[in-house]
Order: sequence, then structure tokens, then C-alpha cells
Amino acid sequence: MYNEQVMEHFREPRNHGKLARYSAVGKVGNILCGDVMWMYILVERAENGEDIIADISWETFGCTAAIATSSMVSVLAKGKTVDEAITITNSQVAAELGGLPAPKMHCSSLAADALNEAIHEYFIAEKRPIPATLEQRHERIARHRKELEDRYAGFLDQGDRKQQIKGLPGSPCC
Amino acid sequence: MNTRTYLDNAATTPLDPEVFAAMLPYFQRKHGNASSLHEEGRQARKAVEDARRLIAEALSWDPEGIVFTSGATEADNLAIFGLARSRPDRRHIICSAIEHHAILHPCDWLEQQGYRITRIPVDTTGRVNPQSIADAIDDQTLLVSIMAGNNELGILEPIREIGELCRARSVLFHTDAVQAFGRVDLPTESTDLISLSAHKLHGPKGVGALAARPGMRLVPLVHGGGHERGVRSGTENVHGIVGFASACRLMVERRETLVERLSGFRKQLIDGVLRIPGTRLNGDRSGSLPHIANFSFAAIEGESLVMKLDERGIAASTGSACSSPNLEPSHVLQAIGVPIEMAHGSLRLSMGQQTTQADIDTLLRTLPGVVEDLRSISPFKLGDS
Repeated sequence: MYNEQVMEHFREPRNHGKLARYSAVGKVGNILCGDVMWMYILVERAENGEDIIADISWETFGCTAAIATSSMVSVLAKGKTVDEAITITNSQVAAELGGLPAPKMHCSSLAADALNEAIHEYFIAEKRPIPATLEQRHERIARHRKELEDRYAGFLDQGDRKQQIKGLPGSPCC
Repeated sequence: MNTRTYLDNAATTPLDPEVFAAMLPYFQRKHGNASSLHEEGRQARKAVEDARRLIAEALSWDPEGIVFTSGATEADNLAIFGLARSRPDRRHIICSAIEHHAILHPCDWLEQQGYRITRIPVDTTGRVNPQSIADAIDDQTLLVSIMAGNNELGILEPIREIGELCRARSVLFHTDAVQAFGRVDLPTESTDLISLSAHKLHGPKGVGALAARPGMRLVPLVHGGGHERGVRSGTENVHGIVGFASACRLMVERRETLVERLSGFRKQLIDGVLRIPGTRLNGDRSGSLPHIANFSFAAIEGESLVMKLDERGIAASTGSACSSPNLEPSHVLQAIGVPIEMAHGSLRLSMGQQTTQADIDTLLRTLPGVVEDLRSISPFKLGDS
């Protein structure tokens, strides 16, 4: 089902865990639908004045593809300027992994989205003007999150489930 | 040397070497078509009818009522559609919420055609309350279909009681006994239709049977040369049917020792796995099939858990959404009220006659580290629990 590149990133994921020091974190996905990714970035200013993603890490709840794409996004973004990192797309993530099974393509967009959200948060924290593409993606991610919440509203409304979900170790991110 | 640990016997079991040996002559030397008049044909016919008698005997059933099919999915479909077409006046079917898709999806289809389908909820262990079936039966009810033992949880349903109450109300009762047959006693005297599969019993894939009361009218799904008393056309899968009967005979012979051994392993699995923090047993310790145990692990996802175990030589399965084509978690885990985030982190371990103590030890030695690994990269951490 998965190719060897995907399995290799799954076996030996790069840059996993939580950075001790980070500039921003992007949180995407919903535990109700089965995939959650948190992407941490540490941005530093280079001598030439450019903002560089000096370090990056992630924490992921999800399938093999979710873990492998988290790993690949972190590899692609590490050392890049923030402006370069914004251009990383889900199709690029999937392509760098040599492709993903069709039902798993959404995992690659989740990974690219997590990076996008981390950079978006960084721009807000730095009070920098937000590039149009970054903002558009942010709005799309927010819309998708709303759809998920609506789709699973039934689960959340049931008294018992509400208690159980509230009692979860770590809260659902959206 | 085979170093794999195969704990997915509810999906399928390895063919028993004795079964294989029994099948072999029917591929080449005894290759006849059971419908032919000549010696080769008579030989094949005898093999099919001997197999039918043997399976009937194991079930305490009349051989006349055994219809060979391509497997249990076809048997389930034949029970539902075959009856629906023969009794078009009755347009209500009762099943449980945790039936196999081979029951649920035919029911969904009939519902789209205007049938009423009552899907009986189960309790938190997966058991159907017979009273709720009694309450659901009305004068339109065609059939009640409740599985004998659930394929995901291993839970046993009170089918004796359900069969008896159906009989008292003159409603037909069908049970999908794919996992239960050969492992527990089936109350065949109070059951009208039973679905069976060979490959869950160390027999070959591609063969199963529907046991129906002799004389019960089932409209065929497959029309043709009128095989299987006109109920299921198509040249008999002679080698498959021979293998099915052989597997059946071996299960009957070995059942007592096997069930005792697997029950012991199941207890070890449950005790051992529950020692891992943030774990729950889905189903119940008792009143279950001896070979299936289902667990959920907080903060991790089942597909990656299965893949990590696979990397370490262990085959198991999950009801997680990420493992299913429609990205929905298992309907069974949802029906027993497993919180959806725990349903994503489920693991089914199922044993067969080849399972050894070493397999159980390997699983229990490997699983904690794999769970730990996946939790270390998960954004969710275990709380104080």
C-alpha cells in the first residue's frame, strides 16, 4: 500500500517531538476525524536580514501517511526562508515521498496546512503584513475546520461523549 | 523459518495442512464436474454430498438444507434477499447494529426499496438485549438476523434466547456464525438459517454455506444450471467444498483442547495489554469467543499502530477510520459507545489453532514499546489516568 520512501519516514521520522523553544505553532486536524498535526517552528533572522526556519518539529496523531508527511514537511521546511516555506504545497509533499495512496492524499494537505498555520501564527505574532496566499490558505483551513466541527456536532452534543471528549488528555485542537 | 506472529485469524486463517492434503486430489486426478453422469462426475458428486453430510452433522442440521456458496457474504445475501423475494408480503427486517457489512448493506439496500429495517442497539459490551428484539417484531417482520459471535469484539450474542423468542412469534431467525462455528455450541434447533465460512476455520477461501431449514423457499440470487437444488446455480467448487468439510471435521475433533488453549491465551492478552496505561478492552472478558480480543489505546491511531506492529513482524488489525476506505471508524466500536477518539486507536488481536505461547509472549513484549513510540510523537499525552 505504502511505498518504501513513505515507510522509511514512518520508521525513522525526522524532527518529531516538541521544540524546547519555538516562535510559533500551527495546529490542524481534528481528533474526531482521526488526524491531528501540531507543527512547531523556530524562526531566526540571518545576517542578510532574512527570516529563516532555523528549527522545526511536529507532533502527530494519525496514520502512517500522516506521520510520514509530517516528517517530510519538516525536512522540506528546515533551513528555508519563511517566504520559501510558504510556497511548500501538499502535492510537493506527496511527490517528495514518491506518492501516496489516493485515500491518503488528504494527509499531505494536512501536513502542508500545519506548516502554513505555524507561519501564519508567526506573522501575526511579529505583527507583519500577511501575504495574500498565506491568508487565503489560512481561511480555507478555518473553513474546513468549521465543516468538520459541524459534521461531528452530533457526537459532541451527546452528554456522555461530551464528558469523554472534554476529559481527553490534551484537548482537541479545533 | 517463519518469524512472523500472525494474530489476525478473524480476518482469515492459514489452511491446515491436512485440509490441503484432502483437497489436492480434487484439483487434478478427481477433476470431475459433480453434475456429470460418468465416473469422474460421480466421484465429484460423492465428494460434495459427503462434505454436505459432514458439515450438516457438525451443525446437527439436515443435509438437505445445506447450500454451498462462495462464502459467508454470499450466504448472508442469500438469506436476506432469498427470503425477501420469496415473501414479498413481509417488508420488515430486524438486525443488530453490529452485524457484518454482509448483513447491514443488503438491509440498507432493501431500505432504499421501501423496506423497514430495525437496527437493534447493543449495550456497552456489544450485547443485544433479546427483549428489544421481542419489542421490535410485528406482523410485517420477515426475518431477524443476529450474529452468533461478533467478528470485531468477539462478544457472543444471546442467540438461543433470540431464536426461541422468534420461534414463539413465528418469525424466521438467521445467524451469521462465521466466527462462532466450530468454537462454541450453536443452538441450531432454534435457528432457521446459519451462514458459515470455510476460511475462518483453517479451510480454503472462496467457499461457505447457508444452512436453511429444508423446504424453506429461497429465491436464488444466481440463476443457471439449477445446482444446489436450484437455490445456487454454478458448478460446485468441489475442491473447496471438500476442504470446507475437512476443516469442519478437524475443528470438531480439536475444538475442546483448542478452545481451552485459546481462552487461556485470550486471558493473558487481556491481562497483559491492560497493563499498558491508557488502554481499554472493547467487548467483555467473559461471554466471548475464545480467539478474539479488541483494545483501544488513548492518544494513538490504529492504522499506524498496525503498521508499526507489522514492521516488527506482528500481523493484527484495527477498526480505525484511517484503515477503512470511507474513513469512518468501525460501526461496531461506535455502536458500543467507544469514544470516537478511542475508536481511532483500536487494535484487534485474533488467534488460530497455530497460535503458540511464543506468539502471545512476542506480542506482549513488543506492544508496549510500539504504543510508547507512537505516543511520543502524538500531540496528545496521557493524563493522570
